[in-house]
Amino acid sequence: MRLPQGAAGARVLAFGHYQPANVVTNDDLAKTMDTSDEWIRSRVGIAERRLASPGETVVDLAVQAGGKALAGSGLSAADIDLVIVSSCTSETPVPAIAPRVAHRLGVNAPGAYDINAACAGFCYALAAASDAVRTGSATNVLIVGAERFSNWVDWTDRATAVIFADGAGAAVVGPSDTPRIGPVVWGSAGDKADVITIENRHSYLRQEGQTVFRWATTALHPIAREACERAGVDPAELDAFVPHQANLRIIDALARKLEVDKAAIARDIVQAGNTSAASIPMALSRMIERGEAPSGGLALLFGFGAGLTYAGQVIEIP
Amino acid sequence: MAMTEQEILEGLGKIINEITGIPASEVTPEKSFVDDLDIDSLSMVEIAVAAQDEFNVEIPDDQLKNLKTVKDVVNFIQA
Repeated sequence: MRLPQGAAGARVLAFGHYQPANVVTNDDLAKTMDTSDEWIRSRVGIAERRLASPGETVVDLAVQAGGKALAGSGLSAADIDLVIVSSCTSETPVPAIAPRVAHRLGVNAPGAYDINAACAGFCYALAAASDAVRTGSATNVLIVGAERFSNWVDWTDRATAVIFADGAGAAVVGPSDTPRIGPVVWGSAGDKADVITIENRHSYLRQEGQTVFRWATTALHPIAREACERAGVDPAELDAFVPHQANLRIIDALARKLEVDKAAIARDIVQAGNTSAASIPMALSRMIERGEAPSGGLALLFGFGAGLTYAGQVIEIP
Repeated sequence: MAMTEQEILEGLGKIINEITGIPASEVTPEKSFVDDLDIDSLSMVEIAVAAQDEFNVEIPDDQLKNLKTVKDVVNFIQA
């Protein structure tokens, strides 16, 4: 047996994102449930979120974001040989989303699979893509985080209905002469599996908010710090900090504890809500678009959520 | 060496100020977190976690809901 050559490192060539057109404000939600704009902004930090149109599926969201990342990368569909989609809200258990995204983007017969690591999914997919490029399993990988929570949310449950939303973010990963995607740090706490659940196909999303909040604001910052250490980067050097957009107070607590002094901090949740696997690539894609994340700078991506599971890595911003 | 009530109160005031922006001088024993200081349950979790680090005392969620005033927390930490 022999193994392919692979590449010395991997890098992100481009990000892309897609938000559905339908804007839902806090005032819109207050018409049908006992909540208010003031309550949502102070507890969670969200001002508005997007929900997919009827008939607009997770595959549709993924195709839009994937297409934008591909366009931004300067590559063509023919250059992609692996597609990985991270999602936990698909309408369709079988087939996976990735082969359908590949087909619709004109990518010819790539490796294609989905992963489900909830809100840590994009960072897991990024690690898989980076590893595939470095070992020679693939040359250029399209990764997508796409979620359609409107399939799974109980619109009478204000604990979840005000938080979760729809969207997709994507990236193209390719080879690099030097490492521009750092080593992943990952882990899980399966003892807390019951804390965030969609139990079966007829269920709604449920979460124990305070337990998640306590875990996220205490257990995670040492791990995020370790992701920096493994990459040989001091958190104070980071140009961007992009944690999963779960709750603005969690984001601020993590940033405070990590002491990311000069980093632009992703607060995309304000305009996007919590979009699980989509939240990190969407946030960074939009920060880059607005000129808040400098090309060539360093960003820490850190996802965490249902499982409970988490993963993160430092990358060079494309 | 055990901390005095005053020391705990000052430490707590600093924590509450850092997490909520409320001036430490307003953190006095008789004040209720929800009614007087307008501190919600998520902030209480953050405060409890910071207090755990600062005073080396475990404050689990099921105990937290019984701590209604600043004095309740000071007493809990002292105990």
